[in-house]
Amino acid sequence: MSDSKGRFGVHGGQYIPETLMNAVIELEEAYNHYKDDPAFNKELTDLFDEYANRPSRLYYAEKMTKDLGGAKIYLKREDLNHTGSHKINNVLGQALLAKKMGKTRLIAETGAGQHGVATATAAALLGMECVVFMGEEDTKRQALNVYRMQLLGASVIPVTTGTATLKDAVSEAMREWTSRIDDTHYCLGSVMGPHPFPTIVRDFQAVISREIKQQILEKEGRLPDIVMACVGGGSNAMGTFYHFIEDKEVALIGCEAAGRGIDTFETAATINTGRLGIFHGMKSYFCQDKYGQIAPVYSISAGLDYPGIGPEHAWLHDTGRASYVPVTDEEAVNAFEYLSRTEGIIPAIESAHAVAHAMKIAPAYDKDKIIVITISGRGDKDCAAIARYRGEDIHE
Amino acid sequence: MSKIADAFANGKAFIPFITCGDPDLATTKEIICSMAANGADLIELGIPFSDPTAEGPVIQNANLRALKQGVTTDKIFDMVRELRTDAVHPIRLPMVFMTYANVVFSYDAEKFIRTCREIGIDGLILPDLPFEEKGEFDAICEKYDVDLISLIAPTSENRVAMIAKKARGFIYIVSSLGVTGVRSEIKTDIPSLVKLVRENTSVPCAVGFGISTPAQAAKMAGISDGAIVGSAIIKLVAQYGKDAAGPVGEYVRKMKDAI
Repeated sequence: MSDSKGRFGVHGGQYIPETLMNAVIELEEAYNHYKDDPAFNKELTDLFDEYANRPSRLYYAEKMTKDLGGAKIYLKREDLNHTGSHKINNVLGQALLAKKMGKTRLIAETGAGQHGVATATAAALLGMECVVFMGEEDTKRQALNVYRMQLLGASVIPVTTGTATLKDAVSEAMREWTSRIDDTHYCLGSVMGPHPFPTIVRDFQAVISREIKQQILEKEGRLPDIVMACVGGGSNAMGTFYHFIEDKEVALIGCEAAGRGIDTFETAATINTGRLGIFHGMKSYFCQDKYGQIAPVYSISAGLDYPGIGPEHAWLHDTGRASYVPVTDEEAVNAFEYLSRTEGIIPAIESAHAVAHAMKIAPAYDKDKIIVITISGRGDKDCAAIARYRGEDIHE
Repeated sequence: MSKIADAFANGKAFIPFITCGDPDLATTKEIICSMAANGADLIELGIPFSDPTAEGPVIQNANLRALKQGVTTDKIFDMVRELRTDAVHPIRLPMVFMTYANVVFSYDAEKFIRTCREIGIDGLILPDLPFEEKGEFDAICEKYDVDLISLIAPTSENRVAMIAKKARGFIYIVSSLGVTGVRSEIKTDIPSLVKLVRENTSVPCAVGFGISTPAQAAKMAGISDGAIVGSAIIKLVAQYGKDAAGPVGEYVRKMKDAI
């Protein structure tokens, strides 16, 4: 594999059509040029601080801590960012980069709609055209976000192929990119896809762990014992882990969507049920059958409803540096309701997967241990779906 | 020299594509025999994949129809074996598989490619395996003398020489940006691409993506060594279902005559 770039152990690489190769090479060159450019970084930091409301708070969840009776729990409040999730971090970085590259049009895939909304927002701000691909199933689950994207000036294209969810939206965005490269940047929303996307997205999301580290040192004078986040493709988790990877005393836990359980077919827990494969531009773990056909995965959370995981996560799993645990729909919904009642914070159903696992493990730890949970997004978008899950029909 | 060279030995090559198992493998067998009898020089056999990211809607749907029928890689291997060893009319012309990297990788690449050699598959086209990633498959392909086909796209530019120099079997020139599918017009400067290819290799090159009419095929084969047609054939299969072998054969004859 001497020519292959962007490897994390055996994972990563660039498994894409020849048509896109020069586009990703051009992107890599531009990124390598701008990532250490002081003017670019100042512009991005200004956007983060002045526009996206960074740094996000590291909040001591005192009631939750006392209620669970174990480790001290902090919440990294990415839900308080402009547009309501961590997605804006990556999008502002990529949109700014695309603009510097002379691109005038952004395309994106979206699952829950958070990445689509963030991309539509950045496009509006920077005066770029925006087209978002979204599985038809998800346009129904997340109708409010479809409206938000359109309000921001983007066109939303419902994808009807395959399972009509996130993986099909990614496939369709890739197809669109092969047909229009000159003026278009594919603003990929997670730490996945072909190199250099997993690295670029990680670097833009790494602001999360950079801030956590600084904030926890200010508040506690030491590093946390555990940092945890939910994982679909894995961008908020990668951002949460990144600056702690070298701090071996900090445990890293990714919470996967188990759907109806990892012993059923209705699951999206890639590390727990998948195996090594090649898809969407990368070698990594995927939910698939014995012939390599990608599995139609399921989760209540549209944002975690993806059959793969970013290559750097696959590598962190291989090396044992991070652990990945499954969390079911039922556990996530319970955590969604628990955090709302206990702390007055309605988390995204995606983030609720991480909250659910913290609820399981925190009581067993001593009171002097510290757990940081990244709340990747806010849960307003999920209220109608959770109500339905509980048998109540409310109109959005 | 691989068997693929035979396809280009007598003038321009016509290369039809078929998705295996659409609508079922019995029909696929009939279609392959009909293509061979009507002048096809090389046949591309598509092994369906759940998420074919390089395909337009026509071939995407054929992939899904085939998978719904329960087609698997092993069943397709069996079909090819039967075609090659048929007591009355064995298929002798070169055949290649067209599928996605994961289909080969998850089967165990060595086992997949060894089986290709055993059953008489001469080459492999993997549209999601660019030059930079072909190393891990290339070594195995060389070991079993199966040609890993290189693709060149309208955006390849400075990459053409590098790709052409390492190419084996034939070079697949992608005529247009985007995915597979019928196009009314091909705007890429194919002659320049072909010229660059020929400056760097003696391996033949054929043009595919967007070709459906005899006139387009004649034009593309005229400036290269052959024409590849997929979506137009898959449309006939979708239209005629289990009775597609006849109409596909007529179409192949018409296209071959045109080039």
